[in-house]
Amino acid sequence: MATITLDTVRKVYAGDVEAVKGVSINIADGEFIVLVGPSGCGKSTLLRMIAGLEDITTGEIKIADRLVNNVDPADRDIAMVFQNYALYPHMSVYNNLAYGLKNRGMKKAEIDRRVKEAARILEIGEYLDRKPRALSGGQRQRVAMGRAIVREPAAFLFDEPLSNLDAKLRVQMRVEIKRLQRSLGTTSVYVTHDQLEAMTLADRLVVLNKGQIEQIGSPIEVYDNPASTFVASFIGSPAMNLLEVKAGEAGLGLAKGTGLSAPNPHGKPAYKLGIRPEHLHVVDGQTVPDGHLSITATVNVLEPVGAESFVYASFADGGPEIVIRVSSHARHQPGSTLQLTADPANLHYFDPENGQRLTG
Amino acid sequence: MKKVQFTSLSMPYLLLFPQLAIVGIFFLWPAAEAVRSSFYLEDPFGFGSTFVGFDNFVDTVTSSDYGRTARFTAVFTFFVTFLSLAIALLLAVKADKVLRGASTYKTLLMWVYAVAPPVAGLIGLLLFDQHVGPIVDFVALFGWQMQIGVNYYDTATAMIIVSVWKQIPINFIFFLSGLQGISKSVQEAASIDCRSGFRRFWTVTFPLLAPTGFFLLIINITYAFFDTFGIVDVIVKAEPGNNPVTLVYKVFLDGFRGNDLGGSSAQSVILMILVFILTIVQFRLIERRVHYT
Repeated sequence: MATITLDTVRKVYAGDVEAVKGVSINIADGEFIVLVGPSGCGKSTLLRMIAGLEDITTGEIKIADRLVNNVDPADRDIAMVFQNYALYPHMSVYNNLAYGLKNRGMKKAEIDRRVKEAARILEIGEYLDRKPRALSGGQRQRVAMGRAIVREPAAFLFDEPLSNLDAKLRVQMRVEIKRLQRSLGTTSVYVTHDQLEAMTLADRLVVLNKGQIEQIGSPIEVYDNPASTFVASFIGSPAMNLLEVKAGEAGLGLAKGTGLSAPNPHGKPAYKLGIRPEHLHVVDGQTVPDGHLSITATVNVLEPVGAESFVYASFADGGPEIVIRVSSHARHQPGSTLQLTADPANLHYFDPENGQRLTG
Repeated sequence: MKKVQFTSLSMPYLLLFPQLAIVGIFFLWPAAEAVRSSFYLEDPFGFGSTFVGFDNFVDTVTSSDYGRTARFTAVFTFFVTFLSLAIALLLAVKADKVLRGASTYKTLLMWVYAVAPPVAGLIGLLLFDQHVGPIVDFVALFGWQMQIGVNYYDTATAMIIVSVWKQIPINFIFFLSGLQGISKSVQEAASIDCRSGFRRFWTVTFPLLAPTGFFLLIINITYAFFDTFGIVDVIVKAEPGNNPVTLVYKVFLDGFRGNDLGGSSAQSVILMILVFILTIVQFRLIERRVHYT
C-alpha cells in the first residue's frame, strides 16, 4: 500500500509529439483513481509511465515516496491488468499467477497459499490447471486480476481492463473490481474512456484531454461542477446541453435561433450555457418564475429507454437541439411545443473562448 | 472462408492434374524406380540387370565406408541445424529490439537467402581458399593451418560453416516474424513479473517461439540432409578422396562416379526410410511439447 505522486510529468515522443503535458496528481494511500478521457488524451501513456513501460521525458513519479523514474518495472512494486489480459498462453492458470512470485524467489508454500487464496476470492479455483485459451473472456479477466492480487503490490494499475467484455459481464466485473479494491485497500489507478465506468469506480476522477488535466475531483463534484465545457460534455450521458448564448435587452438569448431566455449573473456579453438534461422541467400551464431559465422548443423525437425517456427538441429559427430527461410516462408528440424551465442554481456558465467555468 | 462448389465433377480433378502429374512424374516414379533397382545388380553400361534380392542393402550397410559417411552426416546435420538455428535466433532477437533502421538490418540479414547453394559453396570456397581465402589467413594467425580438401576435419569445418551461413537467413526471417507475432502486452506483463531479461526470454519468449522453432527444426534437418548437396559438391570438387561427404552426396558418387546403380539405389531407399522415420518421430515427440497459440 502506498501513495503515488506525479509531479509535472511530461511525455514527448519522437517527432515532438507531446502526449502528456505536465501532469501532476497526488494519489492517497488506498485511493481508487480513474484516469478518464477520449482516446489519444494520454491516459494510457500516463499509466504506462507509472508502470515503467514508458520512459518519463521530464518530471518525477514517486511510489511510496520513492523516486521510480529509473526503476525497472519489476522493481516498482506494482501490478498491472492489461486490456487484452496479456496472460501467458503457454502456462496454466496456476503458473500464470505464480510466475511473478517465482521470479521473486518466493518459497513454494507461500506461492501456493497466495495462488489458492486469490483463486478462492476470484472463484477460479477449478480452472487452475487449464491453459488460458480454454477459458472464456470473463474467466481470463479474473485470471488477469488474480495475477495482480497474488503479488500483493503497492498499487494496482488497470489499463481499460473491461473493454473486451460484453456489456453484461462488464457491469458485473465493474462491481467486483470495486468490491475487491475496497476489501484489499490497495491504491489503484484505472484507465478508461467509458465515463460511466469512471463515475462508478472512482474515489476521484482525473479527466484528461490532449495530455492535460481538465479536472480532478470526486465523481459527483465533477458531475455537478464541471470545470470546462470539455468535462461538461464528456461526463454524463446523455451529455450536458451546451448552448451558445449572448446578452440581449432582457437577460440572455440564443446566439442563433430563438426561444430561450436566461439570467446573466456574470454580466458578460456571451457565454456557453450548460444545462443537464435532468435539470430541464416541463412547465404545464404555469408561468415561468422571474429570473428562471425559460425555453420554448419543438419536440423532434421521444426516446424511451425504460426507466426514463429522453426528448430531443429544437429551438425555432434554426436554433440548436437540446435533450430533456422526462419520466417514462411522458407522452410528448413530435411536433408539439414544450415550455421548459430550470433552477438558476443548475445553470452552468462557461467562457465562450476557452471553455472554462465561470464562478462567483 | 467462402466455399466454392464445382458444378461438374471433372473440373476439380482437371485443376489438380498439373500438380498431381508433377508429383507422379518427378517424385513417385523415380522413387519407385529407385526401390526397384535397389534389388538389381545393374550393368554399368546398361546391357542388363540381375535380380540380387537384398544383397545391395547388405553390402551397403556392412561397408565401413558407409558407416563412416553416416556418422559424418549425423555430426554434420547436428552442427548445421544447431548452429544455424541458434545464430539465427540470436540475430532475430537482437534485430527485434532494434528500432532505428530496423528494415535495413533485416534486409541485410536476409540477403544471403537469395544466394543459390552452389554459389554459396563457391563463395565459401573462396573464403576458405588455400592462397587467398581470408578465413584461412585469419585462422593461420592463431596457428591453425587449414587445408581444405586435404585435411578431413578442416574440410568438414568449412562445409559446416558454409552450410550454416547459407541457412541462417531463412531461419532469421521465420524467427523474426515469430517474435513479432508475440503479443506486446504479454512481453510487458512479463517485464513486470520478471526483472531478468535472460530469464524472461527462456520462460516466456522462447516457449512462445516453440511452434516456429519446431517447424524450423524439421526444415533445417531436411536442409542439412539434402539441400547441402551443392555446397558439398563445390567444396570436395567431385573428388571425394579422403574428404567427408554426406549420405546424399555418397548416393551421387556411388551411382554416377562409381557406376554402382544398384548400390546407390539401395542407399537412397535407406535414406527414404530414414527421413520417413525421422518425420514421424519429430511430429510424435516434439509436437506434443510444443504449445500452439
